[in-house]
Amino acid sequence: MRLVEHLPALLVVVPLMAAPVCFVMRRPVAAWGISLLVSWSCLAMAVGLLALVMQGGPISYLLGGWAAPWGIEYRVDALDAFVLVIVAAIGAIVALAAKRSVEHEIPEERRYLFYAMFLLCLCGLLGMAITGDAFNLFVFLEISSLSTYVLVGLGRDRRALTAAFRYLVIGTIGATFYVIGIGLAYMMTGTLNMADLAVRLPDVAHTTTVQAALAFLVIGIGIKMAAFPLHLWLPNAYAYAPSISTAFLAGTATKVSVYVFLRVVLGMFGGTGLLKAAAVPDLLMVIALIGMFVGSAVAIWQADLKRSFAYSSVAQIGYILFGVSLLSTTGLAAGIVHLFNHALMKTAIFLALTAVFMRTGSVRIDALAGIGRRMPLTMVAFLVAGLSLIGVPLTVGFVSKWYLIQAAVEAGVWPAAVLVLLSSLLAVVYVWRVVEVAWFHKATEATMKVTEAPLTVVVPTWVLCAAVVWFGLDATGTMAVARTAASFLSQGIAP
Amino acid sequence: MEIPGLINYWAVVVLMMAGLYTVVARGNLVKKIIGLNVFQISVFVLYITMGKITGGTAPILAEGIRTYSNPLPHVLILTAIVVGVATTALGLALVVRIQEAYGTIEEDELAEREAEEGA
Amino acid sequence: MRAKPVLRVSAKLLIPFILLFALYVQFHGDFGPGGGFQAGVIFAAGFILYALIFGVSNAQAALPPASRRWLMGGGVLLYAGVGVAGMLAGGNYLDYSVLGETPTGGQHLGVFLVELGVGMNVFASVATIFFVFAGRDVRRGEGGR
Repeated sequence: MRLVEHLPALLVVVPLMAAPVCFVMRRPVAAWGISLLVSWSCLAMAVGLLALVMQGGPISYLLGGWAAPWGIEYRVDALDAFVLVIVAAIGAIVALAAKRSVEHEIPEERRYLFYAMFLLCLCGLLGMAITGDAFNLFVFLEISSLSTYVLVGLGRDRRALTAAFRYLVIGTIGATFYVIGIGLAYMMTGTLNMADLAVRLPDVAHTTTVQAALAFLVIGIGIKMAAFPLHLWLPNAYAYAPSISTAFLAGTATKVSVYVFLRVVLGMFGGTGLLKAAAVPDLLMVIALIGMFVGSAVAIWQADLKRSFAYSSVAQIGYILFGVSLLSTTGLAAGIVHLFNHALMKTAIFLALTAVFMRTGSVRIDALAGIGRRMPLTMVAFLVAGLSLIGVPLTVGFVSKWYLIQAAVEAGVWPAAVLVLLSSLLAVVYVWRVVEVAWFHKATEATMKVTEAPLTVVVPTWVLCAAVVWFGLDATGTMAVARTAASFLSQGIAP
Repeated sequence: MEIPGLINYWAVVVLMMAGLYTVVARGNLVKKIIGLNVFQISVFVLYITMGKITGGTAPILAEGIRTYSNPLPHVLILTAIVVGVATTALGLALVVRIQEAYGTIEEDELAEREAEEGA
Repeated sequence: MRAKPVLRVSAKLLIPFILLFALYVQFHGDFGPGGGFQAGVIFAAGFILYALIFGVSNAQAALPPASRRWLMGGGVLLYAGVGVAGMLAGGNYLDYSVLGETPTGGQHLGVFLVELGVGMNVFASVATIFFVFAGRDVRRGEGGR
């Protein structure tokens, strides 16, 4: 029983302590073993927490035993637990596939660094999801961001360095905006506890200080989640990072940032009435809709597939934000469930691309001619995840879009529902062009020599694809969690 | 001794804008890092300013003192400074690696060389 | 720099006091301003001064990379380990009160160890950042990585 009480702390502490061990040992294989062990135990803990929260309501854990508004509180409700499961699951799957891909893409003397940074990043992302303290969130945000910059900079291509540098500059500005916002809110309320802030902010909502705080927070978190006009750091970072880093980051980093948006902007400022007054939902809907189209349209023209699907991520963040912008329980639930669904399919896609890169040494579209017959397992997995990205029935993508459109219709924004459908057509284009090249083009001499990727990469990809289909067939479980989380969030939003 | 009460906040605004401008307008990567630092430091000043209480002393328990400044913002900023140091170190490390890989740290020259390699 | 007697002598005079002051800041952190981060930075400053006057390779010999790595990792582990110790002793994570016989004694012990961990890590990190930058020839030019 004791262990169960400490789950919220252990979830963060275990990867935090494992990272320096990997760092000191400097043995890549041992570091991989530790990462695998830690990420799977994190997954077990996260699933345990989700079960506890769904049964018994929110869990609160006081760090150091200091009482809540003064000390740092770890607070887990349905939304936190759901995000924890997403991050831990993606981490666990990626850790499985990591060994062979890291051996292929990262020089021997830097491999241990990858695992140390992977664990630190995992720790930061889990910490962001679990903490109930606004400043503590910033610390975890920076832990995850700093390790992410290294994960990107480890790429073989020298452009990885400039991509990491740009990401560092933009990411730091985003994080600093977040601190400014939190500082201004603290100035007016004298508290950093998110639940406490949500109670106290409505009383001071009329001050310009709090309004400025909201503006800083929206922009700061907007940068971190790569919402449409603030997404410029993302494509290069994803394209030139080592493939396995991309697979991990694409499934987790922006998702956790969206969670922060939900928790901070909706959770803390929901009761102030400022959101409606400042037209945040309208603004969000517009940038979400533009993001869907621009992201998908740009994705079509990219020769580099990692870049292409990075742009697709920008579009997918648009879908999530569209659901959020409706501010209704259905809309929020659709957004939250798409967090999970998108994490599954995008990680599957990037893992498939990892496998392709291992065999062909390139993920440019022209290098993939005829590869569908040479690497059938990988490419069929890619196809399944791609169909889900389009939103074909029997996949999770369909579930997300179904609920998104339902929420849009419920809110009376018919044109937006049509736009969501239309933008899916763009996804058809950028997925189809890969299918066409992979199966219907003649194999070149280079691709004739290609063989199927090792099972350690293919199996994790297929596990994700199985999840894509499984949760597409039966979405009751994920939707139940998303609805609980959404109804809790929407209760706090002033009409 | 009466200084205009909001002078610190004005300093914060000036530093913040100067930092952001440097990040955006300078092509040299080291200057960008410096701008980023100035930008972060403006936030440190903001937090420290809000922790000050008129007539309060340093928050160390002592006889005969009733009013202390709020120590919490100081602690928060100590954390933020550590984060800033880490960011700067990592940023400079990347600059060194970029210099080694490209032979330049000017943004426009980097863009040229990347354009040669194709998107 | 080796030929400059003024620098050499004054550095040799200063460095012990810099290190001593760092230790003071570290251990006095319980009662006054100070703590692990400040102490670690000052301690590292002593080594950096040594490296500036006597050369990076001599300083590296005094503080080899392996020991810095252990200090870095060990510092984090000490910090996190104290938190886990609080957990094992029946409190929450990072609850120092349960570490000693009295809550106050426990808090003293806990903060002391945590700050020691912070100091170790910061010292090693700052020194490493300096050595890595100072020990690198950045003029190798294109394709040199």
